[in-house]
Order: sequence, then structure tokens, then C-alpha cells
Amino acid sequence: MSHPYFFYAKPPNCELPLLGDAAAVTARKYLVIACIAVFSALGDAFLARGMKLVGVIDVHHLATVLTVLVNPFILIGIGCLFAFMYSYMTALSFADLSYVMPATAISYVVMVLLSMLWLHEHVGMQRWAGVASIVVGVGFVAGGPSRTEGVVPTGQAESSRGCGKR
Amino acid sequence: MRELYTWLCIIITAVAAGAGDVLLAFAMRRMGDLGDLRREHGLRHVIVSVLSSGIFFGGVFCMAIAFFVNLVGLSWGDLSVVGPASAALTFVINALGAKFVLRENVNRRRWLATFFVVCGVLLLSGS
Repeated sequence: MSHPYFFYAKPPNCELPLLGDAAAVTARKYLVIACIAVFSALGDAFLARGMKLVGVIDVHHLATVLTVLVNPFILIGIGCLFAFMYSYMTALSFADLSYVMPATAISYVVMVLLSMLWLHEHVGMQRWAGVASIVVGVGFVAGGPSRTEGVVPTGQAESSRGCGKR
Repeated sequence: MRELYTWLCIIITAVAAGAGDVLLAFAMRRMGDLGDLRREHGLRHVIVSVLSSGIFFGGVFCMAIAFFVNLVGLSWGDLSVVGPASAALTFVINALGAKFVLRENVNRRRWLATFFVVCGVLLLSGS
């Protein structure tokens, strides 16, 4: 009978990375994370700018949302989101989703800066507190391993790493 | 009423984006490191591998729904409200998806990171 963690080969309560050096985040991987943050924020900012020009979409005519695809700001925004998507897929191929998501939250800091400087939205103390909280959260995850599960058999992983139930 | 529609868009965006992220992460994990694949077999191999994955398209479909609903939300609310609010919900859905669907080891460090990020985006959206 197969172990429930057979495919993931990780004991349920093991806090240590099982891939060792392979899980270390290299400079290239930080660059991928940075690309995600920048392209995500730029994409949203261009989309917001485009949607402000298009105006409010009537709830009874939702199909009109497709007509925004001819707006240049929307098209640039979509281009940025394609770049974001490629970077994001690359990140997910070498790191856990629970690592990538918080790490890329730095894009909201970029988004706030773009909102303030480009879209001229007001940014008060509470929003700056939000930015600080996000930076702390990103700091927590950035210092840890990018991948916490491997493909080695569970028994080997436990014996080689000394991970037991806590 | 406009605020209600905005929050409805935020919720739909978060659920669809969360489902998309989980499916995409699953598909990418099965393929392996895209950077290594590109170096070893070339970009064409990477593109073919990605485009031949049904799970990948399932994730993209969910993300497309999130994208268009997000567009509608952006037309009703500020970017600095719609973006962070839908993101906060997406973070929670993703963390749960990572733990229970992808069976990742979401340790204390990652829960803390998710908590601070969610607090951050809520502070952003609540101001």
C-alpha cells in the first residue's frame, strides 16, 4: 500500500528543506521573482489607466468589457501580464506556491508607488503601514528555502535529514 | 450598490485566481525547472511541454476568468482597493491550496509571511 506522501516524499511535520543545495535561491531566481513583481505591478497600473479612460462598464452590458481590448493602455498592460505570466511559471517550476506567492507580494509595494506617482491616487499613513507589513512578510519567506519537498523516498529523506514528528 | 458589485468582483477574482495558481503550480512542478529544460532541450521544447499540458490550460482558464472579472472590478473601484483586496483573499486561498491540494510543507515561516502580507494588503485596501 502506497504512503499518502509517496509522490511528495516528505514527512508531514518536517520543517527542513529536503533538496539541500538545489533549493537554494540563486541570483537568477531572485531575478525571476523581481520580474514577477515589476511586470505584475506595471500590468495592473496600465490596465487601471486604460479602464479609467474607457469608463464604467454597465452591469447589464458586461459583454462590452471585450471592447476595451483596442485600448493601447490595456494592450500594454496585457503585454506586461504576459511577461509576468512567463516569469511566474518559471518561478513555480523551481519553487513552492507557498514561497512564490508571498515573495512576489513586493509587487504591491511597486503598485502603491505607481498609484501615487502615475495615477495620482492619495497614499496615506495606513497604506504605508500596509506596505511595511508586506515588506516584513516578504522578508520572512525570502530567507527560507524555495522548495520544501523532494522526490526521494520518504524513508531516505527522514534518515538522511533526521526529520521526525515534532 | 457599486461597492457591492466591486466586492463581488473581488471575491470571484480571488477564487478563480486561487484555483488557477494551484493548477498552474501543479503543472509546472510536473514539468521541472523551466530554466533547466530550456538550457538542456531548447525553448521550443519548453513551449511544446507547456502547451501540451491540460492542467496548465485549466489553470489559464481560471486565470482568464479572474482577469476579466478583475477588469470589471477595476472599472468600478480604485486600483489601490481592488488589487490588494482580491490579492489578500487570493493569498489565503493559495496557502490553503498549497497545503491541502499540493501538499506543500507550509511551515510557520510561510504562514507568518502569508499573515503579514494579508495584513499588508488589507491595510492597503482598508485605507
